[in-house]
Amino acid sequence: MSGGLLELIDVQTYYGNIQALKDITIAVEEGEIITLIGANGAGKSTTLMSISGIVPPRAGEILFMGRRIDGVRPNDIVALGISQVPEGRRIFPYLTVTENLDMGAFLRKDKAGVRKDMEHVFELFPILAERRNQPGGTLSGGEQQMLAISRALMARPRLLLLDEPSLGLAPIYVRLIFDIIRRINREDGTTIFLVEQNANMALKVAHRGYVMETGRIVMADTAENLRNDEGVKRAYLGM
Amino acid sequence: MDYFLELFFGGLTRGSIYALIALGYTMVYGIIELINFAHGEIYMIGAFTALIVSSVLAFAGLSGLSVLFLAAAAAIVYSAAHGFTVEKIGYKPLRQAPRLSPLISAIGMSIFLQNYVMLAQTSDFLPFPSLLPDLPFLSDLEIGIGSTEAIILMTTAVSMVLLTLLIKFTKMGKAMRATAQDRNMAMLVGVDVNRTISYTFIIGSTLAAIGGVLIASHIGRINFYIGFIAGIKAFTAAVLGGIGSIPGAVLGALVLGWTESFATGYVSSDYEDVFAFLLLVIILIVRPSGLLGRSTAQKV
Repeated sequence: MSGGLLELIDVQTYYGNIQALKDITIAVEEGEIITLIGANGAGKSTTLMSISGIVPPRAGEILFMGRRIDGVRPNDIVALGISQVPEGRRIFPYLTVTENLDMGAFLRKDKAGVRKDMEHVFELFPILAERRNQPGGTLSGGEQQMLAISRALMARPRLLLLDEPSLGLAPIYVRLIFDIIRRINREDGTTIFLVEQNANMALKVAHRGYVMETGRIVMADTAENLRNDEGVKRAYLGM
Repeated sequence: MDYFLELFFGGLTRGSIYALIALGYTMVYGIIELINFAHGEIYMIGAFTALIVSSVLAFAGLSGLSVLFLAAAAAIVYSAAHGFTVEKIGYKPLRQAPRLSPLISAIGMSIFLQNYVMLAQTSDFLPFPSLLPDLPFLSDLEIGIGSTEAIILMTTAVSMVLLTLLIKFTKMGKAMRATAQDRNMAMLVGVDVNRTISYTFIIGSTLAAIGGVLIASHIGRINFYIGFIAGIKAFTAAVLGGIGSIPGAVLGALVLGWTESFATGYVSSDYEDVFAFLLLVIILIVRPSGLLGRSTAQKV
């Protein structure tokens, strides 16, 4: 699996004395959508926070484009090309929609490119264009999720980490968000690391998947095989 | 009416100074949720720096506005360096610690800085030269405002406008607002949070240094303890306006300045502080988050 875009090798992450991640090994190839599914508290969000450097691992290695990034500061990880849409969307509530998008492009210097990408985002989500001068906190949940994804895209990431993008959204928004995820991957070639509780949807858009239980990876396979696996069906697909 | 105007401008002047210091409290609180008790000392250090530099310059034969500007510049640089260093030594190592720890560290920093100035200089009051120029046309207008007061008001107003522009439109300002609203998310979009926090201390200290030079010129004497009193008042102003809110700090400072001024003028100067703190108590009962504070949606 060498030469992958992102590799986690035996990653161990702790919150104080509590070990949240145990020997996590994941490989992501350029251009694919992979998903990490599992129950609440399994360590999915922690995996993303370890990659982003917010909760650095205590042991193990994380490589991005062949370069060690564990221990690198979060802002430098963004600069390398990894953006995250964290759980709960985390919109800056008192910044306007435009300012939130500007923050997404915080490290970029090409003003013309940023303006163009903002127009692109407004085409993707016309509702955001309508609300561009409104504070982010006044948007509905679905609109905030669109804004959160757009904000991450403004950084032009090579790898996009998405944490529970469908959580708490109305079904119509869930469909829209998954459509957009597919489009971002297909049209821009952005690699996507998707964490989801909605395993059904996640395994439909993803190429490959990992199943996580109490801090460990217990299964890794193509999305199709996982969808057809009896254990996965029973535990995560409600069949 | 003349008397009223005199009290009005007196209160406005006093309030402006409080505002310059209160902004430092409120900005730091907004970004790291810490009451920086050492902030009053930063202001005091600004006044001392200006005193030393202006004395040296006067000795060298300079006079007039050049002394004022050089002394103020030195005060700003020296205060900002202290604010920056206090954060790096006293607060940054405690960023993950329980909230009480940096608070105690802040009190320690305050005591340390007071004593360091006392030992390095003196515990006596020192006369402070009147660095601010005279504006004779103001007394001709007869509206009850003196030159010093007018200069303090103008300087404060310009500082506030610059600060607002900086926070609203610059990249650094946006990073500061984003960090205040959600620190981890700010990191996730690439903000260097440590640097942003340092900037916040530097800007707050700069404003405090300007306040220090202005008030020292106005009152005409300083000692190592002036930061404590001014700090308590400015902190009160920040809480009054809603701590964490920048317009709130300015409004709170002006309200406090007027309360003190009118209480002194119409009741008795003995009751100046009584009225100031009574006002604080009343406002906190009616509006616990302060005049312009955001309602208590606590961040986790």
